Amino acid sequence: MSDPFPRARTAIVGAATFGLGRCPGYEPRDMAAIAARDALAEAGLSFADVDGLFFTGSDDTFGGAMNLAQYCGIRPKVADNSRTGGNVFESYVERAAWLLDAGLIDCALIAYGSNQASATGKLSSTARPFVYEAAYRPLLPLTGYALAAQRHMHLYGTTKRQLGEVALAARKWAQLNPEAFVRTPLTMDEYLGARMISDPLGKLDCCLVTDGAAAVVMTRADRARDLATAPVAVLGAASMTTHSQISAMPELTVTPLAECGPRALAQAGLSPDDIDVVQLYDAFTINPILFLEDLGFCPKGEGGRFVDDGAIAPGGGLAVNTNGGGLSCTHPGMYGLFTIVEAVRQLRGECGDRQVKDARHAIAQGNGGVLSSQAVVVLGVD
Amino acid sequence: MTTPTEAGGPDLQYQGHLAAGRFMIQRGVTSGVAVFYPRTVAPGTGEALEWVEASGRGTVYASTCVRKRPPEADVNIALIDLEEGPRMMSRVEGIAADAVPIGLAVTARIVAQDDGHLVVFDPADEAVA
Repeated sequence: MSDPFPRARTAIVGAATFGLGRCPGYEPRDMAAIAARDALAEAGLSFADVDGLFFTGSDDTFGGAMNLAQYCGIRPKVADNSRTGGNVFESYVERAAWLLDAGLIDCALIAYGSNQASATGKLSSTARPFVYEAAYRPLLPLTGYALAAQRHMHLYGTTKRQLGEVALAARKWAQLNPEAFVRTPLTMDEYLGARMISDPLGKLDCCLVTDGAAAVVMTRADRARDLATAPVAVLGAASMTTHSQISAMPELTVTPLAECGPRALAQAGLSPDDIDVVQLYDAFTINPILFLEDLGFCPKGEGGRFVDDGAIAPGGGLAVNTNGGGLSCTHPGMYGLFTIVEAVRQLRGECGDRQVKDARHAIAQGNGGVLSSQAVVVLGVD
Repeated sequence: MTTPTEAGGPDLQYQGHLAAGRFMIQRGVTSGVAVFYPRTVAPGTGEALEWVEASGRGTVYASTCVRKRPPEADVNIALIDLEEGPRMMSRVEGIAADAVPIGLAVTARIVAQDDGHLVVFDPADEAVA
């Protein structure tokens, strides 16, 4: 049976960010509400139009959707604040597409906000430590990704310089993006000289710790045509989870994206060759290498060589993380919604100096936990 | 209704075995498939689990060195594939924290800590010979 995903029957009609970098004095809900208002306003919509709210807040043990709905004056039929990690926003798009197509809701608002950099200066986590790992004092999540990187190097000959290519490409894209938080030049020597934290990953292999908020709005495609913005069609969306802790990951160099990535592309009727721009969740430099392999842009094990020689930097063979990514643009605790916003902006042709010419098909990917949960959205414009 | 055991849940039982000097893991009573970390039911099948003593033999699957600011010493973090099949997080001692190779044969050792007991690994005798 072919995949029943409602291909191109829903669309993203609004996308906005707020407070990227530092946003002192604001609570996460303040920030999410502004991004939400602005994303709706783009399409000529308001809070009153929203009947499906998808939101997760790290400062609310009930998940946060009720509080954001109350704050914005929304009475949602669907209030989804499930959280598998930073990838849940791609999963929200997947679920919203199904719920819109089924007619349960008419307008989905997906939002996020975090003030973690201003509030605590470190990654926020409410997770209870897993006793069978915590006793050994790993630096999580970093150590989990370091173990995957070390294994990839061992099996496939991936090098530290190739990890550095990912960091340098992100920085070059960030230099073209006025919204990016870190835009200073970065050389390979500086990268290689950065303090090692958990071998083989050092300080410049890690994403930023920033504040930031984002929101996107979805409707059915027939309604989208009547709104103020050019609709970006949701062509495919899929999610997969294989584990929670790194010690339970089946194979550290193969993420759940190897299952849901090809599934989402098949829903869209596309292959990697058809994709013009790719937004990957680069919490650490090893991530894009693993994800490009799992999405099928290169064979398993070839990711390090794939990113060599500036191949994913501006002017390279494949445009990856054109906003500067979590490494150089923004990473406010959970980054998944920002890959979607950047994909939408590229497909609308709004990206100025970093615009990918004639971009028609884009992938936005999200990663949760320690490579644990993956979700991906395939977007397109006519 | 399934009846709770007097010995308590699997975490308590595991710690009790370690305190008695035994590194115990579980296996499915029907499938015989070994399981770590301790659980009340087998993953996948849901079958009952029984405790068996681990051989203590394992192989390094992946390893990293967590760098500390001096005078604190660097710490090794490794994923160990146990001979019985399951994988666990641990550390390898008796060798530099940043020089633990994938594939190294290792042997389990129980160490006491303030808040319980812990399984760590040393290079196996044949690995250092």
